[in-house]
Amino acid sequence: MERIALLSPVCSPHLQNYPLYIRSVPTENELKFHYTVHTSLDVVDEKISAMGKALVDQRELYLGLLYPTEDYKVYGYVTNSKVKFVMVVDSSNTALRDNEIRSMFRKLHNSYTDIMCNPFYNPGDCIHSRAFDNMVTSMMMQVC
Amino acid sequence: MEGLTLSEAEQRYYCDLFSYCDTESTKKVASNGRVLELFRAAQLPADVVMQIMELCGATRLGYFGRSQFYIALKLVAVAQSGLPLRVESLNTVKDLPLPRFVVSKNEQESRHTASYASDADNPASYSGVIPPPPGRVQAKKGSVSHDAVQQRTSTDQESTSPVVSPQQSPPTSPHTWRKHNRHPSGGNNERPLAGPGPFWAPFSEAQPGSSAAGDPIWSGHSPPPHQENWVSFADTPPTSTLLAMHPASVQDQTTVRTVASATTANEIRRQSSSYDDPWKITDEQRQYYVNQFKTIQPDLNGFIPGSAAKEFFTKSKLPILELSHIWELSDFDKDGALTLDEFCAAFHLVVARKNGYDLPEKLPESLMPKLIDLEDSAEVGDQAGEVGYSSSPAEAPPSKSPSMPSLNQTWPELNQSSEDTAIVHPVPIRMTPSKIHMQEMELKRTGSDHTNPTSPLLVKPADLSEENKISSSVKFVPGNTVDGYSSSDSYTSDPEQIGSTVTRQRSHSGTSPDNTAPPPPPPRPHPSHSRSSSLDMNRSFTVTPGQQQAGVVAYPPAVPPRPQPSQGTGPHVHRPVDAEGLIAHTSTSPQQIPEQPNFADFSQFEAFAASGVNEEEEDEIETHPDVLQAEKPSDSASSLRAAKTEGRVEDKAATSVPNNTGKGTTPLAPPPKPIRRRLKSEDELRPEVEEHTQKTGVIAAVLASQPSIPRSVGKDKKAIQASIRRNKETNTVLARLNSELQQQLKDVLEERISLEVQLEQLRPFSHL
Repeated sequence: MERIALLSPVCSPHLQNYPLYIRSVPTENELKFHYTVHTSLDVVDEKISAMGKALVDQRELYLGLLYPTEDYKVYGYVTNSKVKFVMVVDSSNTALRDNEIRSMFRKLHNSYTDIMCNPFYNPGDCIHSRAFDNMVTSMMMQVC
Repeated sequence: MEGLTLSEAEQRYYCDLFSYCDTESTKKVASNGRVLELFRAAQLPADVVMQIMELCGATRLGYFGRSQFYIALKLVAVAQSGLPLRVESLNTVKDLPLPRFVVSKNEQESRHTASYASDADNPASYSGVIPPPPGRVQAKKGSVSHDAVQQRTSTDQESTSPVVSPQQSPPTSPHTWRKHNRHPSGGNNERPLAGPGPFWAPFSEAQPGSSAAGDPIWSGHSPPPHQENWVSFADTPPTSTLLAMHPASVQDQTTVRTVASATTANEIRRQSSSYDDPWKITDEQRQYYVNQFKTIQPDLNGFIPGSAAKEFFTKSKLPILELSHIWELSDFDKDGALTLDEFCAAFHLVVARKNGYDLPEKLPESLMPKLIDLEDSAEVGDQAGEVGYSSSPAEAPPSKSPSMPSLNQTWPELNQSSEDTAIVHPVPIRMTPSKIHMQEMELKRTGSDHTNPTSPLLVKPADLSEENKISSSVKFVPGNTVDGYSSSDSYTSDPEQIGSTVTRQRSHSGTSPDNTAPPPPPPRPHPSHSRSSSLDMNRSFTVTPGQQQAGVVAYPPAVPPRPQPSQGTGPHVHRPVDAEGLIAHTSTSPQQIPEQPNFADFSQFEAFAASGVNEEEEDEIETHPDVLQAEKPSDSASSLRAAKTEGRVEDKAATSVPNNTGKGTTPLAPPPKPIRRRLKSEDELRPEVEEHTQKTGVIAAVLASQPSIPRSVGKDKKAIQASIRRNKETNTVLARLNSELQQQLKDVLEERISLEVQLEQLRPFSHL
């Protein structure tokens, strides 16, 4: 079971994080994943701020395991523009290694930048790109 | 499969259909998508279609081979005749009408069906079909706009129309396809029909008695409909031209219709043969697209930025979501800008969409931008791509770096004006891997200049900091240097060269003041190398006072010995000759600084640039910034270091290249020389740069000559040129040094990352 969520803070003073894209496989318990993703945002923010002293450039984009629970593990990734990617993976899926997670985040990031290049996409909009969906689907199929 | 006997008309008809479906020109397999469209157009219930597919064996095979396809068509005809589907019926049913495939909208559809039986419908139907361009349905019927149409038959045309599928240019398929929903966008309708008209003729001939007489109207003439659409879409009316064509074709139509003449058939065949797939862009369409491209971007090799493209395509009134999808499909290299090919593809997709065609999930092959550059000059292409990339920094957001690897191959497309238009400025754009850079550097020395600064960046995020420093130093350029280098910004022809040199120089100039008492901007009055992109750096730099060169050289060397005393050993250990060269530079620079720190640097760089020491270039470029940063340390230390590096360089050079040039020819300040010599022994201890021997030799020579440059400048042009050459060599060495430094940086960063990972792994538990 896996769930991928894309969250992005609105570039506004109140810094709200709302999801740009959420996808999960399978689709049951979606709400639970929603909740998990939102709570993991706190951890992400904490990690960002902890590393914030160093230059942003040097900050590692991949945040790694945010926190494990008995059911699942949460991985985080944040871009330099504070767009956060959160991935929730079932704990039973022990085959997923760290570098696989990293590569998945990298693919997500790549696809996200491709979306950004699209002039018809307004940053902050929910993501409806078919290419992105296909990429995410293929990625999740790979894992599950 | 059971034997299938087809009448001649059937045979021809099926063959045409198969060709139409054979999008990949395999002659063996019909593309499933197309076949499915065909079946959908047959207006049969889904279960019947499934049954047909099963019967013909396609489901078994998984694809539609020719025989399966023919059987399927026959079964369609059977089903349309209302007969039960049986395998036996294939051969037993006699006088089966040809299967009818209709994709019409509204009344036209009904009319079309009705008109199937009538020949007269053909032209009309097809004309009616084509109009679809957005919403001209009415127009179709009434089609007043086109005289030709009216002549034809105002009735028929509209009525039978449905069929023509503008986008589809099936070679000679007698069926007119109309992908449902058209009309929304209101094109000129009739006119387009005229185009396909001629197509119909042959078909009607081919199937004289068949009800498909009307079918032949094939809108293979995709251009017309599109053109119609374009007109409405882009608010430019090429209709006049289209109209001109249509009447002719329309008349042909009638003629054909009335007379079974082969003339039109030939014409149609000729036209239709050029359409092998619905997505192919015809010449007229292509020309139209190109013209539209020119209105936005006069340079056909240039890019259209995303914002301009967005405005343009928004005019088509398609929903943003669809435009977004079209963009995703057509922006092949994902750079946020459209090249000519990409633009044509996007435009074609927009037109198709307006005509009611669904957007494909993937870009059709015929619309794919041609990666010609890739084959032509892989390296150059890369360079060009990079250059092009840098040329359009706006479109290449630095954030793209993550996806950089995936784009490498698409870069050649970006080869717009390639190096010539490369923007020479240290923009951290995505660059191909440094390895490619190296290659490119070798290929084109100049090209990599501006890319060099960026390549290291790509390598590691930390590099960005370096780059930033470079940039900052660049901005720093003192006034005098600006004169010479400002032109670099506007370089077009030797952008890379000049750019790199300039950037380097800039950086040097920027840093040099920092390092060594900000020397007054050297009076660099090089009218020669101002702005002219084609200006040869060498030339330009030759003009520059030798001081500049010296100054320039001085800085790079500083890198290795960055924390001069403290880091001296470290960097030295790792440094290749480049560092030495750099150091040598610094040594010279400090001395020169009071006179013209910047100039010296630049001249050196230019010399390097001109010397074409490609490999080192990027290194040098990188090292320059490093050097600059390292410049901070005291002059004396740097001079020492420089001397050391110089010594090393010289040492190396001695091995392969006569060092003497450097030392002997340098009438430079004596101090550097002795220092060099002194350090030379140290150099010998570090045979790291065997490979760079030559370069080092050159660098040494350059370094050696640097101090002398200022002196000789203005007096001996030759000496200047020589010094320039030396500088170039030094540059190369520095570039190499830079690359090594980069490598070190990467290593350190990796360590850091691993440590951080460990820390993070521990952290979650601390939070709990």
